[in-house]
Amino acid sequence: MQIVTCIKQVPDTTQVKIDPVKGTLIREGVPSIINPFDAHALEEGLRLKDRYGFKVTAISMGPPSAEVTLRNAVAVGVDNVILLSDRAFGGADTLATSMVLATAIRKLNEEEEVALVLCGKQTIDGDTAQVGPGIATRLGFQQLTSVDRIEELDLKNKRITVRCKFEERYEILNSCFPAMIAVLREINRPRYPTVPMRLMAQDYKVTVWDNKIMQMNENEIGLKGSATAVRRIFSPDRAKGQILGGDEVQDPEDAARMLINKLVSKNLISLQ
Amino acid sequence: MTLRVTMFAIVFAVAIIFFLWSCWQRFSLVTLGRADNRFDRIGLRFVNMLLYAFGQKRVVSGKYPFGWNHFIFFWCFLILLISNTEFLLHGLFPEVIALSYLPQGLYYALALIFDIVSIVALVAVIVAISRRLWFAPKYIDAKTVDAFVILGLVGILMLAFFSLHGSDIALGNEQAAAYMPVSSFVGMLFSGIMPATLETMKLVFWWIHAFALLGFLCYLPYSKHMHILTSIPNCFFKSIDKVNTQTPEVFQKENVYGAGRVDRMRWKDLFDSYSCTECGRCTDNCPAASTGKDLKPRLVIHDIKVNLLHNGGLIRKGKEPQLPLIGGGREGSVKEDTIWACTTCGACMEVCPVFIEHVPKLVYMRRDLVEMQAKFPDELLSLFENLENRSNPWGIIPAERGRWVAEVQAPAFEKGKTEYLFYTGCAGSLDTRNKRNTAAIARILNAAGVSWGTFGKDEKCCGDSARRLGNEYVFDRMARENIKVFNDAGVKKIIVECPHCYNTLKNDYKQFGGDFEVIHHAELISQLIESGRLKLEGKVDAGRLVFHDSCYLGRYNGVFDQPRKLIEMATGKAPLEMKKNRELSFCCGAGGGRMWMEETEGTRINMARVNQAMESDPDTICVCCPYCVTMMEDGLTDIKAPEKVKVIELSELVEKALK
Repeated sequence: MQIVTCIKQVPDTTQVKIDPVKGTLIREGVPSIINPFDAHALEEGLRLKDRYGFKVTAISMGPPSAEVTLRNAVAVGVDNVILLSDRAFGGADTLATSMVLATAIRKLNEEEEVALVLCGKQTIDGDTAQVGPGIATRLGFQQLTSVDRIEELDLKNKRITVRCKFEERYEILNSCFPAMIAVLREINRPRYPTVPMRLMAQDYKVTVWDNKIMQMNENEIGLKGSATAVRRIFSPDRAKGQILGGDEVQDPEDAARMLINKLVSKNLISLQ
Repeated sequence: MTLRVTMFAIVFAVAIIFFLWSCWQRFSLVTLGRADNRFDRIGLRFVNMLLYAFGQKRVVSGKYPFGWNHFIFFWCFLILLISNTEFLLHGLFPEVIALSYLPQGLYYALALIFDIVSIVALVAVIVAISRRLWFAPKYIDAKTVDAFVILGLVGILMLAFFSLHGSDIALGNEQAAAYMPVSSFVGMLFSGIMPATLETMKLVFWWIHAFALLGFLCYLPYSKHMHILTSIPNCFFKSIDKVNTQTPEVFQKENVYGAGRVDRMRWKDLFDSYSCTECGRCTDNCPAASTGKDLKPRLVIHDIKVNLLHNGGLIRKGKEPQLPLIGGGREGSVKEDTIWACTTCGACMEVCPVFIEHVPKLVYMRRDLVEMQAKFPDELLSLFENLENRSNPWGIIPAERGRWVAEVQAPAFEKGKTEYLFYTGCAGSLDTRNKRNTAAIARILNAAGVSWGTFGKDEKCCGDSARRLGNEYVFDRMARENIKVFNDAGVKKIIVECPHCYNTLKNDYKQFGGDFEVIHHAELISQLIESGRLKLEGKVDAGRLVFHDSCYLGRYNGVFDQPRKLIEMATGKAPLEMKKNRELSFCCGAGGGRMWMEETEGTRINMARVNQAMESDPDTICVCCPYCVTMMEDGLTDIKAPEKVKVIELSELVEKALK
């Protein structure tokens, strides 16, 4: 049985600026990282591998440069990585993306039964939190979202129990395989790659699946397969922030007092 | 050939064979270690050996008056080596070799010397035993069996010497009696005894002397007194340069990184472990040990030795070692917490009389934890990722790095035009408090008309913390990248603000082919004043000002005088000194990557240092390192020091004094 983790290479969004004229993201010169949520999904997959002996496959849809992110997955111990890359996949929204990922998972299932699909709850560039559930829907898998802990895994009966964290409650859910689990960052602390593994990953040959291999209908993928389109990206205008006191305030109590007075004066908090 | 000679020949042969076998057993294990060239500059090495081993230069350092007792021991031992060699040879070849066969004058002179030296040695033994029993300092393991066995054997040897010669003198057989005051005194005590009894006593004392001497020899390799054999060569093999860096690694497949096993230490590290005398001075000066951390540098060296003796045989046979070097739990294994507690301040190495190199060993063990096991305190995960992804410890967006430039007129470095690159470092360009020093340095450079420039937002972290924390892989890449950037930009001279950048750029980068003239701002400002390009008015009123030496500037790189002179020029008076100053300065607690780690065990190092500073009732604590600025300021807050006490960076003080 295998676990498939879906990971995405994203720009380090804290360093991304918006082009005020074109209304698009300026990605040039911005370093790429693994979507932080996905790093936790990957780690959870590896932990299940360590404990139950699953094979872990990481897949990613993206341009050829996303290979780096998959290599990093190899460095932490993933068994198999596949890059889903084709010009025709480009410009996809969450629907078209989940179509491609679901097709790849179906293909992997033919090789070895897929028990679980692990995704990060959302990506830091798109922030939709739709792709994980989209994959589950396309594949007809159970979907377990906002998971912050895996409580139990019953390999014999192919069932898994997870804890989902919502605003003011936890839900403990028990589900059969196959299931898609979208994880929160609290679920674990990702491991750090060892040097021998990093060196091994440097020369690792990443398998690439393009649409010749995937054989998908072009109306289901890329721009054509997308149900939504971005019209404009912009930062809302916002009044400039204010630093209270700054370096002159030495006493933390003073600073706290100033802050509280300010918040009260703006009617944001009340001392009653 | 008498029966005695035959018996002695057998005893002697057994003892010598046992001794040589023990030595071979132990010393051959040293060859298991990694290569390390300690055979260059032989002449200088001989000088070091004469100075530090025979001259005992560090043993008798001012802070440790008992060092003189060791000095006496050492020289008594050397002199009595002649006497004891004669004793053994005379025992084997009584007809051929004896002191009395020498020309009379020489014989009498030697008899006098040996007699006097023996009583001096006996007094030294008594002093040493008394110290261990009644007034031992905390940093030594005073009441060990090992110590008393050796002191006892030496004492017995001396007593046997006097009794043997005393018996001879009482029998009237000793021609040199007049020149042997102590033995003569013993002879006088024996004067009433029957000659036949005296003959028996002489024989008994002779055998006691023989067994004590050979027993001593056989016991040596099994005790800390192995240092008698190893410390002289250890001073010969000592690092010629200051130990302010660690050896790089070769990153290729199949290689193993760091020292997770004892044979992955350098051979000199293993030899070091045999040279430890357990004097405890390293632990006495260790900031981690003195604030209740688990790290006791002496015990780390001891554990390496025990581990080597335990596993060495197995490793030599190609088997897996049984006792893990890292993990702790028993003697011979170093705890992870111990390894992480080190601030790499180097105080241990500064005081070690035989130049044991503690810090590299701890860093090599960190490398195993980080590079082979990916096992380290949680807080380091984000540090390592930040260093790798954003080239600064906080993970601040790299574009922010150039922000400090807005506060002051700071030109960009121009290839072929600018003389100095001002490398501000992460703290100097990103930390709010320390940006003030950076701006001060910039204004000083402008005032002196220095041709300088910065890389602004394109500057990258030097990698000091990565290296000291054992993440050599990440450091390796950072170092190579920086060196390439410097070379491509035509950088020849670099001004640094932070002593950690200073040491890294100056000493670490050399190993990667980075050849730059690196200068700390304290040094450069001193030069500018000397050459008349900068003038200070000694009128800054900083009140009572005490100076704190940064480890990486002072102890690591010998910059002690310049900051003090600058303070004097700026304020009109010399700074107050803390008890622990200059070479023996006490770390602020931030070195070795500790800046980025929690300090949960024991008390806080920065609080200890601030308390030391407060002893001189200062108004100002002057430092010249951004880490020290942070640690001292935090320390002042933590100890609830009076508000009037301020921490000032040297550059801020100099700026105030600009004419």
